[in-house]
Amino acid sequence: MSSDPITTYKDPRASWFGRLPVVSHFNKSVGLQRGMLVTGLVLTGIFLLTAIFAPLIAPYGFSQISDADGGFPAQQAPGGNHLWGTTVGGYDVFSRVVWGAQTAIMVIVVAVVMSIFIGVILGLVSGYIGGWLDRILVVIADAVYAFPSLLVAIVMAIVISGGRSSLWGGIIAAAISITVVFIPQYFRVIRAETIRLKAEPFVESAKVVGASNVRIMSRHIFKNATRTLPLIFTLNASEAILTLAGLGFLGFGIEPTSAAEWGFDLNKALADTTSGIWWTGVFPGLAIVLTVLGLTLVGESINDLNDPRLRGRKKAAAGKVGPDSTAGAQAALQSEVSSS
Amino acid sequence: MTTLIEAPPTDADGLLPSKKKSAGGGLGQYILIRFLLIFPTILILVTMVFFLMRITGDPITAALGGRLPPEQLAERITAAGYDRPILVQYFEYLGQLITGNFGTTLSDNRQVTEMLATYGSATLELTINALLVALLVGIPLGMVAAHRRDKAPDAVLRIFAILCYATPVFFSGLLFKLTFSVWLGWLPVAGRARTSSELQLTSLQAPTGIYWVDAIRSGNMAALGDVLAHAVLPALALGLLTAGIFLRLVRTNVIGTLGKDYVEAGRSRGVSEFRLVTKHAYKPALIPIITVMGLQIAVLLGGAVLTETTFEWKGLGFQLATYLTARDFVAVQGIVVLLAVIVAVTNFIVDIVAALIDPRVRY
Repeated sequence: MSSDPITTYKDPRASWFGRLPVVSHFNKSVGLQRGMLVTGLVLTGIFLLTAIFAPLIAPYGFSQISDADGGFPAQQAPGGNHLWGTTVGGYDVFSRVVWGAQTAIMVIVVAVVMSIFIGVILGLVSGYIGGWLDRILVVIADAVYAFPSLLVAIVMAIVISGGRSSLWGGIIAAAISITVVFIPQYFRVIRAETIRLKAEPFVESAKVVGASNVRIMSRHIFKNATRTLPLIFTLNASEAILTLAGLGFLGFGIEPTSAAEWGFDLNKALADTTSGIWWTGVFPGLAIVLTVLGLTLVGESINDLNDPRLRGRKKAAAGKVGPDSTAGAQAALQSEVSSS
Repeated sequence: MTTLIEAPPTDADGLLPSKKKSAGGGLGQYILIRFLLIFPTILILVTMVFFLMRITGDPITAALGGRLPPEQLAERITAAGYDRPILVQYFEYLGQLITGNFGTTLSDNRQVTEMLATYGSATLELTINALLVALLVGIPLGMVAAHRRDKAPDAVLRIFAILCYATPVFFSGLLFKLTFSVWLGWLPVAGRARTSSELQLTSLQAPTGIYWVDAIRSGNMAALGDVLAHAVLPALALGLLTAGIFLRLVRTNVIGTLGKDYVEAGRSRGVSEFRLVTKHAYKPALIPIITVMGLQIAVLLGGAVLTETTFEWKGLGFQLATYLTARDFVAVQGIVVLLAVIVAVTNFIVDIVAALIDPRVRY
């Protein structure tokens, strides 16, 4: 610590790894916040791994109702050949939950990528150019944003697929329905940032140098306006799962023979509850809850850590949290030890 | 001391007349502009829904296609005027909407306005119940979490809030049904009331359609008990979804105001911690809370669709799902337009309330 400052000069910024969104947040976090972030990351990790390795994990296909030993029994309680039981149609609940993760992730990725792409472009153009175009887009975005998102998604689902469809057709339809809901959110965030950045001196200097509007938008403003995107991404991913499940629950999702979808399974499970059959609903439901919980915990933690008013500080944690939160104090102590 | 506590709101009220004079009717102008903004919002949504629904074809083919021979189908389409240019139909539809004529449903041949009135009251009842649950659970717990920030109660409450948000209403509804109706047998599984009390309540003179109001008005205590027993689980399922959001909102905003100097000043004067949280810190935190509450109405209505389907609660959401399955787009459009009007009007009211509380909101 007392060595010559000149010889031991270090880049004031952390390494590129330390500056990655989630990693930097992890390093900033203490105590409870770190616990929430880690829980979220673990749950999200399990979700991702399940989705990627679904073919290896699932003992049966999502629409399989028989194997070499004959047809699956209907509504069999958990245990034996069927870990989490079977549905009234003879599907294996465990396999459908595992395959459902794959469907969910495909929809999320397509939906979020599409809405970021469209929302960011519209937001940049609207905020930068301004004028009547800006006003019209804002009014439209506000109208869509104010409306119940599930209803927007339902209307889109009817338009695109007439209600139900094949695997990719269904995934694209669900993704587009969700995209329409999300575009206004990205649009608002990016537009507000663009308007703020437009007045900054570096944009002015770029204009003076002779940069084109497209270049200013795509290089100077875009890179500065997208700081908040990781946060919106995680929060929207969880909302996308809920919207997809809602669509499936109402019967506007993907056909059960084309893909496994948690919301659809829950709809079918509703009729089982009155006869006390719990396993057809509880497992897909828990899958939704845990996945959304994981993504939300990650998003929430990033949000809190970005906001200095909400961020618990390492020093403050040692002094303030004190006696009745040993976790906070220990985390602070450990971070002191590891940094020295 | 009491004057100090009440200072922020009275100050805001005191600003009203002076600002009105100087800015030439600041609040009045704001309300007027904000009121006029309702109409483009509704128009945009109506237009979007109209054209999106029509991309897929005319409503009659969608509803009855395959069930009628082509000649009869064509006859019906001509009779209803669906073979004319779409823009003509659009302006005709807008004209009808203004005069309050929403058309007739295709699947069960009812006046859409009558259908909306019947089922709208059921949805209103569910939404009010759920909002009550959300407020009663969300606001006090949010204050507790803010006060005990970063300690055990806060951690538990924050996890609870996220769980509320992460659990879809149809899953919490399913769990409630399993636990309280099937296993414990305490509460009814579905519906709004037993058939007997439903008959009594709907045969009343000028019923409001909100069953517990009707039951109280007619003094029918047996029916009231029945109605309330049916209302508990749907209200909990839908209310908890929003309660989580209220909890987080109250927590974040009260934490913000708790750090202010005037709260510290109050504490140094010996104001109790309870009073500091519930009065000093909470009142200024109300403005963002009210604004977000307005947006939550939309969430509640969206959630109502799922809740009503889960509990067979015969309201707009339940009917919407039924009409969607029947491809009855006239009825669907009617429901969507009504919801659009409700959302636009609530947002207007919320903005006005926010402006009345805080003069800075007006622009």
